[in-house]
Amino acid sequence: MIRVNANPAIDTTIKLVGVAVVMFAFVFVVMVPLYDVLCDALGINGKTSGEAYTAVQAGVDESREITIQFVATNNEGMPWEFRPQSTMINVHPGAVNDTVFYARNPLPEAMVAQAIPSVSPSRAAEYFHKTECFCFNQQPLEGLSDVQMPLQFIVDQDLPSDIKTITLSYTIFDVTEMVNGAVAVR
Amino acid sequence: MGDHHHGPAQGLSRWLFTTNHKDIGTMYLWFSFAMFLLGGFFAMIIRAELFQPGMQLVDPAFFNQMTTLHGLIMVFGAIMPSFVGLANWLIPMMIGAPDMALPRMNNWSFWILPPTFLLLASTLFMEGGAPAFGWTFYAPLSTTYAPPSVTFFIFSVHVLGLSSIMGSINIIATVMNMRAPGMTYMKMPLFVWTWLITAFLLVAVMPVLAGAVTMMLMDIHFGTSFFSAAGGGDPVLFQHVFWFFGHPEVYIIILPAFGVVSQIIPAFSRKPLFGYDSMVYATASIAFLSFIVWAHHMYTVGMPIAGELFFMYATMLIAVPTGVKVFNWITTMWRGALTFETPMLFCIGFLVLFTIGGFTGLMLSIAPADFQYHDSYFVVAHFHYVMVAGAVFSMTAAIYYWLPKWCGRMYNEAMGKTHFWISFIGFNVTFFPQHFVGLAGMPRRIPDYALQFTDFNMMSSIGAFIYGASQILFLYNVIATIVSGKPISDEKVWEGAEGLEWTVATPAPYHTFETPPKIDPAHAHS
Repeated sequence: MIRVNANPAIDTTIKLVGVAVVMFAFVFVVMVPLYDVLCDALGINGKTSGEAYTAVQAGVDESREITIQFVATNNEGMPWEFRPQSTMINVHPGAVNDTVFYARNPLPEAMVAQAIPSVSPSRAAEYFHKTECFCFNQQPLEGLSDVQMPLQFIVDQDLPSDIKTITLSYTIFDVTEMVNGAVAVR
Repeated sequence: MGDHHHGPAQGLSRWLFTTNHKDIGTMYLWFSFAMFLLGGFFAMIIRAELFQPGMQLVDPAFFNQMTTLHGLIMVFGAIMPSFVGLANWLIPMMIGAPDMALPRMNNWSFWILPPTFLLLASTLFMEGGAPAFGWTFYAPLSTTYAPPSVTFFIFSVHVLGLSSIMGSINIIATVMNMRAPGMTYMKMPLFVWTWLITAFLLVAVMPVLAGAVTMMLMDIHFGTSFFSAAGGGDPVLFQHVFWFFGHPEVYIIILPAFGVVSQIIPAFSRKPLFGYDSMVYATASIAFLSFIVWAHHMYTVGMPIAGELFFMYATMLIAVPTGVKVFNWITTMWRGALTFETPMLFCIGFLVLFTIGGFTGLMLSIAPADFQYHDSYFVVAHFHYVMVAGAVFSMTAAIYYWLPKWCGRMYNEAMGKTHFWISFIGFNVTFFPQHFVGLAGMPRRIPDYALQFTDFNMMSSIGAFIYGASQILFLYNVIATIVSGKPISDEKVWEGAEGLEWTVATPAPYHTFETPPKIDPAHAHS
């Protein structure tokens, strides 16, 4: 019917379809990676670094004592027994501290687990350095066996003075089915 | 009636295969009204349950399905398609074009909607029930803990997003390419301007919504972990992606309403719109700002203080262009020769109530205060003041204003005014008390509440039934007008109406502006 102006309208349409496609791709190739990068870089959202921290010799601040609480949670449907050896320890900023989490697989078949850490208050996340953590890797466990999983950490001396207590929470997930494909580790 | 050499085809195929912008506009409007009644019916169930504390009529799982479907159907089924219908009817007539630029796509973008909402509504009868995670469908409620029907929900969102994108592309292509000679951008009626900007917002953010539901689909069925912490994902990411779509979405809903009000207030004030240029720039500013304020919906997720402050200030900034608009509407009425026909009443109702909704929005934008208001009935009151008194009131005004032009018959003015007053009173009785119960701590989306909220909830429910009933009166008035309203033949139905759509015959012929109209270069915008 309307042929007079058909061509410029088609041009506009093609450009706009392009915009829509770009915006759809934007979600996957920009928003998702950018979110992860920002959370990691700024330590926001309670996310601690997924990589081992290399300790800088800086001495221990004996004047302050920080209470570290450990929380272990099982994700829905995860049958493992999972708990910290001690639920609370007091540490000095700058000191290297060790503790252990206990895990036991009560089922007869082998499973793989992944622990995801979260620090509260979230402001403290960037001052909580893990030099060694079972959460850096997936944890395979044979059926009916148990394991002591080590954690070594340093609380930064620059931790804001109003923070007296830090809670480190781990949630353990069953990743047995995903283990072949996904390797996301943090 | 003028005699046309080719009128519409007869029977059902006229509607199925039509590429006529007026037919498609009509179908959009009827479809959206049907959805408005369905979503309203769900709201009545919600209010009936909340009439008294304790569990009364429905079980909590069903209540959650009602709040979810009410929101989804009202946003995507009622308000958005109604304004697309209005755009179809009016934009070609306002810019002097014979039809939309892409008439066949226009037919498609309408006809994929009814099956989509049928599919969405059918989830009510599926095992596990309909989606029950709120219209915002936050993960993991909508992934790990979702009923099996969530997959149908995802498909529905994909298709209605496609429909919106096609509709917006059509509107942009029409406005950019099919204006009558001499109709420069700054001469376009404001309704066309607001829709042009809205359409750009839609093309930009509907794909983001599609991306969000695609990630959900992959998390649920294909073993990815976008929103699952187990695989290194993050549920908070969902909220960022959703609100990156969701905040522009609320302006997608309200900007065309601004356009409607900017057409109607000058007509009944018998004065040109005050500050046309500033209205255009204000609309564009609101559209731009809508992209950088999304996280004000999620102040409580644990953002760093810098983030809270940024989103707080950016949000407050939106009050400036919005204030410009309200100022211009009031100044248009200032010393005008005002008359108060039904469309004008609904516009003044819009102006008063939308401004209240804007002020509560400012209250919510204050990050430290929001921790108290978050997820309370105060939020429910706020967004119903802007969605219902904003979008729905202006849509109602639009129907009363243009319906006589479309069908060549006048509606019953007394019934229209009655509809307005019952709506206005019913609406305020429903939603004003919700501010108070919200501030006092009543959470939203819960089927039960503490005893001290009983009186206000009873008021709310009674108001909701009044408001709901008044829409039946509206439906009756519209049908009675079309069937047996007083015939009119003046091209200008309203004394003060300006614009090209009032220069064609009444009722508007099936084909208009097959030859472009002459635009007087000196003539100001309408």
